[in-house]
Amino acid sequence: MAQVNYFLTEEQQMIVELARKIAIEKILPIRARLDETEEFPWEIMKDLAQSDLFGIYIPEEYGGIGKGCFETCLALEQLSYGCIAVTTTFAASALGGYPIVMFGSDEQKKRYLPDIASGSRLGAFALTEANAGSDAAGIQTSAVEDGDYWVLNGTKQWITSAGDAEIYTVIAMTDRHKGPRGATAFLVEKGDPGFSFGKKEKKMGLRASSTREMVFTDCRIPKDRILGKRGQGFIIALKTLDFARPGIGAIGVGLSQAALDEAVSYAKQRMQFGQYIISFQAIQHMLADMATHTEAARSLVYAVARTIDADSRDIAKISAMAKLFATDVAMRVTTDAVQVLGGYGYMKDYPVEKMMRDAKVLQIYEGTNQIQRNVIGQALNKEYSKV
Amino acid sequence: MRDISKEGWRGVWAVAECHEGCLMPVSLELVSKARELADKLQTEATAVVFGHGISGAVCDTLMEYGAHVVQLVEHEALAVFRDDVFARVLTGLILSKRPEIVLAPATYTGKAYMPRVQTMLETGLTAGCLELDIRSDDRVLIQTRAAWGGNLFVNIVCPDARPQLVTVSPNVMIARRVVAEGRVERPEVPFEWLKSGMEVTESVHEKQDEAVRLTKADVVVVAGRGIEKRENLKLLQELADALGGAVGATRAITDLGWLPEYTQIGQTGVTVSPRLCITFGVSGAVQHTVGLRNIDILVAVNKDPAAPIFEMATYGIVADVNKILPVLLEQVKKIRCKSPA
Amino acid sequence: MLNIAVCIKQVPDARTVRFDKETGMMIREGVETIINPVDLNALEAALAIKDGHDARIHVLTMGPPSADKALRDALSMGADQAYLLSDRAFAGADTLATTRVLAAALKKIGQMDMVVCGNQSVDGDTAQVGPGLAVRLEMPSVAYVNALELTADTLKCIRMTGHGHDTVLMKTPCLVTVIPSINTPRMPSLKGKMKAKSAGIPVWTANDLGLSMNDIGLAGSPTRVLNTFVRSFEARRERLEGDADAQVAALCERLVAAGVL
Repeated sequence: MAQVNYFLTEEQQMIVELARKIAIEKILPIRARLDETEEFPWEIMKDLAQSDLFGIYIPEEYGGIGKGCFETCLALEQLSYGCIAVTTTFAASALGGYPIVMFGSDEQKKRYLPDIASGSRLGAFALTEANAGSDAAGIQTSAVEDGDYWVLNGTKQWITSAGDAEIYTVIAMTDRHKGPRGATAFLVEKGDPGFSFGKKEKKMGLRASSTREMVFTDCRIPKDRILGKRGQGFIIALKTLDFARPGIGAIGVGLSQAALDEAVSYAKQRMQFGQYIISFQAIQHMLADMATHTEAARSLVYAVARTIDADSRDIAKISAMAKLFATDVAMRVTTDAVQVLGGYGYMKDYPVEKMMRDAKVLQIYEGTNQIQRNVIGQALNKEYSKV
Repeated sequence: MRDISKEGWRGVWAVAECHEGCLMPVSLELVSKARELADKLQTEATAVVFGHGISGAVCDTLMEYGAHVVQLVEHEALAVFRDDVFARVLTGLILSKRPEIVLAPATYTGKAYMPRVQTMLETGLTAGCLELDIRSDDRVLIQTRAAWGGNLFVNIVCPDARPQLVTVSPNVMIARRVVAEGRVERPEVPFEWLKSGMEVTESVHEKQDEAVRLTKADVVVVAGRGIEKRENLKLLQELADALGGAVGATRAITDLGWLPEYTQIGQTGVTVSPRLCITFGVSGAVQHTVGLRNIDILVAVNKDPAAPIFEMATYGIVADVNKILPVLLEQVKKIRCKSPA
Repeated sequence: MLNIAVCIKQVPDARTVRFDKETGMMIREGVETIINPVDLNALEAALAIKDGHDARIHVLTMGPPSADKALRDALSMGADQAYLLSDRAFAGADTLATTRVLAAALKKIGQMDMVVCGNQSVDGDTAQVGPGLAVRLEMPSVAYVNALELTADTLKCIRMTGHGHDTVLMKTPCLVTVIPSINTPRMPSLKGKMKAKSAGIPVWTANDLGLSMNDIGLAGSPTRVLNTFVRSFEARRERLEGDADAQVAALCERLVAAGVL
């Protein structure tokens, strides 16, 4: 039976195969345990490190593979077939590394990228604060120049991999009076003086991924840790998130595919009223919608990622679309998968209840889906004013 | 080196295995089988035993179970198992006495040195045989073993090269006492046979009790790939405990490292003969089921109604292991509590 | 520099194998092939030694042209050079004939310090190739190895015995066969896969290895398959129906009646 052909190159096909192999052989067998115990997936991080996947988007001269957003999405999708808590940990490192690729000095790139590419140190990205979620301009963390140092004060909240990662891209206010143009990005390392972590958060889903507060108390870092230029912080944050959003979409696609596969195979072996439930139209229609939405989400994510690799200017709208659509699909498909499995679906013996709990975060993190709609809406307004 | 002429090769040998001077039970099984084959061929059955500090009682026992001749090779260099030395000594003896058939135990030891013997002699070797018989018209040994997966057996012959070498797992053949007289021969072992490229610096004995318990248990509970979750092993162990039995496994489980190697039942593992055997998530590939012999009641629990295990099960339960196991455990505990142990 | 050889075999993937219920034969259609699982442990054991020593890993297999895939998979995990021993005349080889081909190839590659094999293949299931090969290479061998450590020219092995385990020392050159519990094979790497894609893999025939037709394949194999057969089991074959509670109740009733419970 024909499948939608995305015409992957041989190298892209290799990335898919490798990430899939890790998902099936390494992640899938232990995902329920990781979910139950909330333990950080170090063993899988080691496998991922050996696989070179951490370096997909990092230039070859810094130890990476030198590929782009699309290849990153392919890996994220396949890993998500196993467990999106693990994938989120993997993706968070890219979120910390990508700003260095885009804005780092040659020195910073040499210092940090090879470690991130090899997976020997994990990266993370810290923007969110208690009072600055969707409204990122409200951040309170400050950075003040003091001789050869910057001194950071404030608290970041809900930072993925905080405490486990070692290289952090942190957005702090340097010139509060300048508003959004007063933010600057810094590279902070685990172990820097005055830099500590809060307790690990307890979450509904995504439980193997670690989430903590980051607390800066007169945290002194050398001057050369500034990333990009002073005042460029929000540009760096927005560009990073624009690049990352199709990746979140890809995570949604992988998760949807996993839920769909569970639902179909269950429906093919569950007997009720003397027949397999897949022969009931009510079930068939649910499965058909799940499959179609999953494929549509994949098509959009792939197309947007490829567009970004061809020309990364002004991608806010399309990258928001990829994130919005694919994660809404993931929520719906995982919820329907639970429905198809009925009572079994609600039990922890089957993986779909975890998938449904995990899916919810995709509509919330890296910009809520309401914010994505805002971005798309504002872009439309702008576009149509030009005409 | 290859001697393809079949002429001048006569007699059936069984290689005995000793541990700390005592015969392993498989030795007697092989000697009895060698005797049966030798009788069919109207030739002599010989038991070969090497080691150090082997008592005369060992030779008597081997004769009691059918050996016309015991070839006893005693040397301090044979006190520990060194693959190259064992292989060279056995090969040397074979070349000097020219038996037509040699049976060796399919134990960790036998399976390690027999391929070396095979290669030095440039002859055939069949691993893990379940049945052995003689083709009467040409004295050829018919060697039956399990084929890969499914429920297929295969008959193998070594028509021209001699000797015909096979390994046989413990617990497969039946040891039978016969009224017989025999003689002990003590062949000289040239010094160069005993040279070795290896040194055994330590031998640790462990878990023997559990391994032996499994092969002798009246009740065996078997874990197969279909148990899905490692946590289910705890329940299986509880069930085995409640039934006064032991836990065994298929290779899929031991390969995963979920249970130790010695619990593996089948062609490459141990053979068990309990009264009651309950398998969970075992598909029933012959490579595994050949390790289940003379079982009174075989119960199979498997999700797949087409699993071959149901063909041989006394009672089949088509269901999810996760559903059956806790309920069965609870019921068994209840019943066991009621009846005084 | 150490030269380590790893012998691998391409086998049907058990997860994709189906059997004809009537004949018991494997249905070849739709069967995927993989590297014999424990051969990956053998490769990992060699790679782990390479992690700590200056070593070059040679991986070889005897098989059809399609076994090229297995070799490229091994290269993508970190092996340095692969060799495919492929010739129609190799077909039908038993373990004895197989060791002749492997030994000839290893002698052609050069002096090995160590040869690592998986203990047994899932299809042949004999555990005979490794120790047999050692004889042809005039090496000592240890089978059922569960741990390995190389110090200078001494290889320390822990091997399983029927009673526990032994510690065994061998000087290189030597051969070991390993069991699955020895390690967890590493994942292939992307860079490894890319390199493996374009790696040159020599294909050696019987002629290239200087082997006579009488020594290889079916002609060089002393054993023959006489026939295969399906054994029918005489079982009561009673299916216990109902939900879990009913099934368990029915079972317990029968076991109690039989006096085993």
